[in-house]
Amino acid sequence: MPVIVDEKTKLIVQGITGYQGNYHSKAMREFGTDVVAGVTPGKGGQKVNAIPVFDFVAEAVEATGANTSCIFVPAPACKDAALEAIDAGVKTVVIITEHLPVLDAIHIVAVARGRGVTVIGPNCPGVASPGKAKVGILPTKIFRKGDVGVVSKSGTLTYEIVNAITESRMGQSTCVGIGGDRVSGTSFVEVLALFEKDRQTKRIVLVGEIGGTAEEEAAEYIKKNVSKPMVAYIAGRTAPPGKRMGHAGAIIARGRGTAESKVKALEAAGARVAKLPTEVPTLLEEL
Amino acid sequence: MKLFEYYAKGILARHGIPVPEGFVVSSPDQIRSVRGPVMVKAQVLMGGRGKAGGIRPADSVEDARKAASAILDLNISGYIAKEVLVERRLDVAKELYLGMTIDRSRKCLLMMASASGGMDIESVPEGEILMLPIDPLIGYQDYIGRKVVGFLGVAKERAAHVEDICRRLCELVLREDAELAEINPLVITKDGRVVAGDAKITIDSDALFRHREYDSLKEDLTPLEEKAKRLDIAFVQLDGNIGVIANGAGLTMATLDSLNTYGGKAGVFLDLGGTDDPEKVKNAMLLMHEANPKVILLNIFGGITKCDTVAKGVLEAIEGQRAKIPIVARIKGVNEEIARTMLKDAGLIPASGLSEAAELASKESARVV
Repeated sequence: MPVIVDEKTKLIVQGITGYQGNYHSKAMREFGTDVVAGVTPGKGGQKVNAIPVFDFVAEAVEATGANTSCIFVPAPACKDAALEAIDAGVKTVVIITEHLPVLDAIHIVAVARGRGVTVIGPNCPGVASPGKAKVGILPTKIFRKGDVGVVSKSGTLTYEIVNAITESRMGQSTCVGIGGDRVSGTSFVEVLALFEKDRQTKRIVLVGEIGGTAEEEAAEYIKKNVSKPMVAYIAGRTAPPGKRMGHAGAIIARGRGTAESKVKALEAAGARVAKLPTEVPTLLEEL
Repeated sequence: MKLFEYYAKGILARHGIPVPEGFVVSSPDQIRSVRGPVMVKAQVLMGGRGKAGGIRPADSVEDARKAASAILDLNISGYIAKEVLVERRLDVAKELYLGMTIDRSRKCLLMMASASGGMDIESVPEGEILMLPIDPLIGYQDYIGRKVVGFLGVAKERAAHVEDICRRLCELVLREDAELAEINPLVITKDGRVVAGDAKITIDSDALFRHREYDSLKEDLTPLEEKAKRLDIAFVQLDGNIGVIANGAGLTMATLDSLNTYGGKAGVFLDLGGTDDPEKVKNAMLLMHEANPKVILLNIFGGITKCDTVAKGVLEAIEGQRAKIPIVARIKGVNEEIARTMLKDAGLIPASGLSEAAELASKESARVV
């Protein structure tokens, strides 16, 4: 049971001719991802890192049988890019783009839901499954194949924790960065469901942060549906209310979204909650 | 981006939602005439301005000028109004609440209505608030308005009017990229009109690229916040004495949490986000020097942001700084070896892990000079 990406992933990179698209198409290929095409409107016919570039996603799908797209285009063009990918029949869309207007995110997610398409992001680092494939910008070097499933709202904090797991001689089955915006295509709950079914995943790490109620919803789900042992970390325990802490979604508003509420819910659901990211590997070993 | 009441009401009016007649002034002598009873209202973004004396009635030009003059001197939770709105006083029969916001769990817009208008919606019990998620693929349809009217118990002769306002509010949110739009109170007057008594609108700052009309609007920012915004660096002012520079929101928050464990407190934090431009790193460092913390904690986990890029920016920034603020640097990830060599002789305090960095910075911040 793959968790979003695996050996069968055939990837299109939208925005491949840009700096990030170019750099990461190469990095993803080096990780082992089958990057089959790039799309940049008006640049069809070119090649980037020996990957053929098309004008339209539908052309790329037609020519290569691609089933997944990774989007690097700037926010103003992102809704168009994501909807084009969905319309072209791609089954998984990973949106790296940050600062996507929230109404655009709502629209993309609603359309994807109707078409049975999985959207990861926006504003996320993507998904990596060591030994199989990586779709996104997670640094290759920090990963090691193993049995820990990691799901996180954060980017660099995920790297921090994945790295700490690797340095403690454990490894990851799949790491999913779902993004820290207010509206994300995929929430903790959907990823937890995949980890629960995935045979390679034996333990799960959830990295949340203040704001919203996604962690509480995850806790509710864990209580009823997750049998695998879990460690969690919630960033922002010391963040003052009312301040937006970098991520659009990371804000304690109206007394809701506090770290305490999330920690309490996750502990009640049976997860061990780390006080600091550096404690995650220790708690994993204790499971 | 939060908008002042008068600006928000201008948007309501543009979308056909009735607002009281009024005008904005920045000094009392700009009030030349008032027609009948008016309210003079402080234009601040903080809540609780009524309790602070920021809303006053007036019945003549002299009264209105006096009220305006008093209000412009007020300190409302740290903010001083630069403008007042003078508008026709409403003859209130009933105050309702109508608002729209983002439903993060359901991933859609949410319409909210309550018969307990006029007070902070936070203090209204949930059972008294109707919450209607708007399916993005269905959009606003008339049944939504009918549900609102039914819940609020609006009299038959005004039902069509309130339904119309619901539809227009939803259109406004979509058209203007508002992440929050509240009419509180939505006033039913004694003569049966339905008018927006107050308005709060927040525009999604990520959507400003398609709303150039807000470019000229000034936000209430401190000089440092202003500078950070221009440089596209997330800047948050806190109340400790350690300046934290990190990349990514989650890592920044985790850094603050780690500091807390060792007794340190962050004063300012800068989130570089995903950048690979040494100039941006340099600017962040310079900005941090301006904020003048006791110690700077640099915590970078390089991915998109490469470590050597960070090192380059740091070196350029500390060159020629007269006041040497101690810098604890923890730089990890892509090209960290190159960065380490580059920074070897720069006089930074190196740390290998997040906890060690937090500990060192906390100790440094507690040192008595």
